[in-house]
Amino acid sequence: MTSDQALTRYLLRLGDNALILAQRLSELVASGPELEEELATANFALDYLGQARMFYSRACELEGAGRTEDDMAFLRGEREFENLLLLEQPNHHFGDTIVRQVLFDSFYLLQLEALINCGDQGLADIAARAHKEIRYHLRHSSQWLVRLGDGTDKSHARVQESLHRLWRYSGELFDGDAVDEILRQEFNGPDLVSIREQWRAGLQTLLATATLTVPEDQWMDSGGRQGRHTEHFGYLLAEMQYLQRSFPGASW
Amino acid sequence: MSQGNTMDDNEWPLYEVFIRSRAGLSHRHAGSVHAADSQMALDHARDVYTRRNEGVSIWVVKSSEIIASDPADASAFFEPAADKIYRHPTFYEIPEGVENL
Repeated sequence: MTSDQALTRYLLRLGDNALILAQRLSELVASGPELEEELATANFALDYLGQARMFYSRACELEGAGRTEDDMAFLRGEREFENLLLLEQPNHHFGDTIVRQVLFDSFYLLQLEALINCGDQGLADIAARAHKEIRYHLRHSSQWLVRLGDGTDKSHARVQESLHRLWRYSGELFDGDAVDEILRQEFNGPDLVSIREQWRAGLQTLLATATLTVPEDQWMDSGGRQGRHTEHFGYLLAEMQYLQRSFPGASW
Repeated sequence: MSQGNTMDDNEWPLYEVFIRSRAGLSHRHAGSVHAADSQMALDHARDVYTRRNEGVSIWVVKSSEIIASDPADASAFFEPAADKIYRHPTFYEIPEGVENL
């Protein structure tokens, strides 16, 4: 794998993460717990969607094969998506959604922070822009985690349960492969080992404020970086790609 | 402006939102949001009222904390000012020869 190929694949993964999370959050439009919170969720979905478009565009530019961001989003199969498994997990109840947001955004923020100084100017510019959006997302979802964790007995129990349920997907955040390694060495990319320490420290402080317990590290699920997904992913993709699959080239 | 103190126990309280559109201008009333606490009110105000770049600063205040004049008192409150045109600077003519008034 050349360094440019690795960079392209890294960009696609960033795009996949953002797109799949955008799709999940969009499912909450018209079924949010409160009107204002629903609007916040829709804003977040649009932020991720915008980021996905930028990551994909840069990847397509590097790839130079004439593919576009739409091809990436709508015409690739399940195994070609390399998003983190955490992000494709269903919304379930609001506590699950918030825990998914906190676990991912606290990682993503650190990842973007490192990418602001990376060796590819295109990626660095996107990272700088996305970083501001994610700082706000994390602020918002962290407040919710504290509100639910330190709220009523019921909300505490349910959000603690969400944390246990989703914890098995948190190991994969730091489970880098050759692509991450090339990014780190040749493009001054993120160091996943040090990010993991910062992530844990930050999360421990937040969970303590929320009176929640950090789950024991158990068996961790992984495979997203290699395109191996959980059972939920095919359904998500079918819904997301339905229109382009049924009416190829449709536009408005 | 919406009624602030008629919420039942199942609903989040209402907050009034004031936005400063740019530095130097004053905050203006933009609308209201429901929120469980003041930080959530700020977040909601941000997401509802500043998504198209409308502001650089937000104030939120619980609607129930606002003391408003009673519409029934409007005639006593405001009408006496209507015929006092000498309270407007334009009532006075500037004397000849006065510069920089």
